[in-house]
Amino acid sequence: MEYTLEVRGVSLRFGGVRALTEVSFGVKPGELFSIIGPNGAGKTSIVNCISGRYKPTEGRLFYRGKDITGLNPNARPSLGIGRTFQNLALFHHMSVLDNIMVGRHHLLKNNFITGSLYWLTGARREELDHRRKVEEIIDFLDLQSVRKATAGTLPYGLRKRVELARAMALEPQLILLDEPMAGMNFEEKEDMTRYIVDLNEEFGMTVVMIEHDMGVVMDISHRVTVLDFGRKIAEGDPATVLADPHVKRAYLGEEDEALVDPDDVPLPRESAA
Amino acid sequence: MATRSLIPSGDFRTTYAADTTIFPTITSRNFAIFGILLACFAPYVFSNYWLSISIQIGIFAIAALGLNVLVGFTGQISIGHAAFFLLGAFTSAYISNNAPIPVFFAIPFAGLVTALVGLIFGVPAARLKGLYLAIATLAAQYILLDFFSRAEWFSGGSVPASAEPFSIFGYMLRGDRQYFYVVLAYLIVSYLLVTNLMRTRDGRALIAIRDHYLSAEIMGINLSKYRTLSFGIAAFFAGIAGALYAHYQLVVSQEGFGIERSVLFLAMVIIGGTGSVMGTLMGTAFVVLLPETMEWISLELKGSAIDRALELNTNITFLREIAIGLIIIAFLMFEPDGLAHRWRQIKAYWKLYPFSH
Repeated sequence: MEYTLEVRGVSLRFGGVRALTEVSFGVKPGELFSIIGPNGAGKTSIVNCISGRYKPTEGRLFYRGKDITGLNPNARPSLGIGRTFQNLALFHHMSVLDNIMVGRHHLLKNNFITGSLYWLTGARREELDHRRKVEEIIDFLDLQSVRKATAGTLPYGLRKRVELARAMALEPQLILLDEPMAGMNFEEKEDMTRYIVDLNEEFGMTVVMIEHDMGVVMDISHRVTVLDFGRKIAEGDPATVLADPHVKRAYLGEEDEALVDPDDVPLPRESAA
Repeated sequence: MATRSLIPSGDFRTTYAADTTIFPTITSRNFAIFGILLACFAPYVFSNYWLSISIQIGIFAIAALGLNVLVGFTGQISIGHAAFFLLGAFTSAYISNNAPIPVFFAIPFAGLVTALVGLIFGVPAARLKGLYLAIATLAAQYILLDFFSRAEWFSGGSVPASAEPFSIFGYMLRGDRQYFYVVLAYLIVSYLLVTNLMRTRDGRALIAIRDHYLSAEIMGINLSKYRTLSFGIAAFFAGIAGALYAHYQLVVSQEGFGIERSVLFLAMVIIGGTGSVMGTLMGTAFVVLLPETMEWISLELKGSAIDRALELNTNITFLREIAIGLIIIAFLMFEPDGLAHRWRQIKAYWKLYPFSH
């Protein structure tokens, strides 16, 4: 079985803090894969390793058989890896439209010279072609009414959606969603869940999602992996994972013989996105 | 989701091309064209004094535009902009004196040379931020100025270098009246280029780096490349402006292009509005016209009733300098978003009158 993404024995240390310890898992093509775990378990850290924000201290990452461990973050979109952030990371002073257009960066060919000469070099036509693609995403995510709004003025739920739109504009094969539903109300969560399922089924993207809402995770994930204190403690289909005694203990806070006594371990800091 | 838009109701766009024009409405475009046409009559209406002021505004506005690309759009900082301006001036003067190249071509060439030097100084910029970057660009200012005072073959050393008057294919342009059109043409082209840049791929990348460099990187933008590029673009426009200045003054000297001029360029950008193309022009006009206005006021004050009552005499000159400083401080306090923002407010006011929202 060829994995779309394979994480092989990844460890990440910040000085004395061990954010991740020998985490391994594989994501199959077309899968909707969730990573769950209590706060500070290292979920965002592993996603940061995949998207290139962090370099793992040990271990390797493979994307479609290619080693991407040391690859620069800005080289990853053209391979087909896109992501959203846990804490909103939109370009606040740009319009929603421009935010999404930034996602087309690696697909556009015009540069500062041809771009400046707009009418003479075909940059205009190229921009308009990509505008059409962006409008399809806007249509899909129902952002028509805010396309010219400044991103920083939008309410939270919409910003999350704009961020998803921006990641979609990269046309990734693998999309990493870091808590796409955090802080949303029930209705917004329902919409977002539908979008994620559509990304997976209609657009054929492989999805890796971090999420705290167990209902959503259990409903839509094909497979789930559970992290606690930087270690993988369980993996499998949602039902198996829910029934796993380690997972129950991790979430209910009982002592687990699979881990060191939590009270003696310094809590790994939840790394900022 | 009420987003304030000044596009009148009923003005529908049916193509994406119609939705990506430079000017938001046809009226605003016509106003801009009308403004340019009016400016074309300036040499016949203005006195020599005002003509020279407008040429200066035009030249400095091009340099300030370059700085705005760097400061306003990329979120970097530079306090060495005047040195690049001077480098453009010396380069163009040197080329036009020593090579059989007409001034018409020497000006863009000087821009390119300055851009190359800007790229070199931009390399550390890719790794530095904020105050550290400010100090690094300060170093650029001093390195370049030191080079100018030592390299006599290039800059004439302590003697000002002379520059050829502007010429195209043997046709010599003489005097402010004709030179005004050269500056006007360069001004319009520069502003069009930057406006276009900001609505295409690389311009968006610069703004993305300013707003959130971490997610810009994840979007596939090479941070080092674009930060360095931004310095190159800033230096290019500084070089063009410097070259225009050289062929306007016909002599180039280091006088008046120290650090205080760099700061003045920054003032133009901040007063006009960081990240606003048209704001740069307004800011430059403000910074150039403010001392002139204060000069005029102090001349009016001289010998007037107030002067006699307060016994100001020669102190008027000092009061003028203080007033300029105070106005700039007040401006930054009450108008931190710059003249461009105020202009938008005024437009909104007229558009929405008698309602306020």
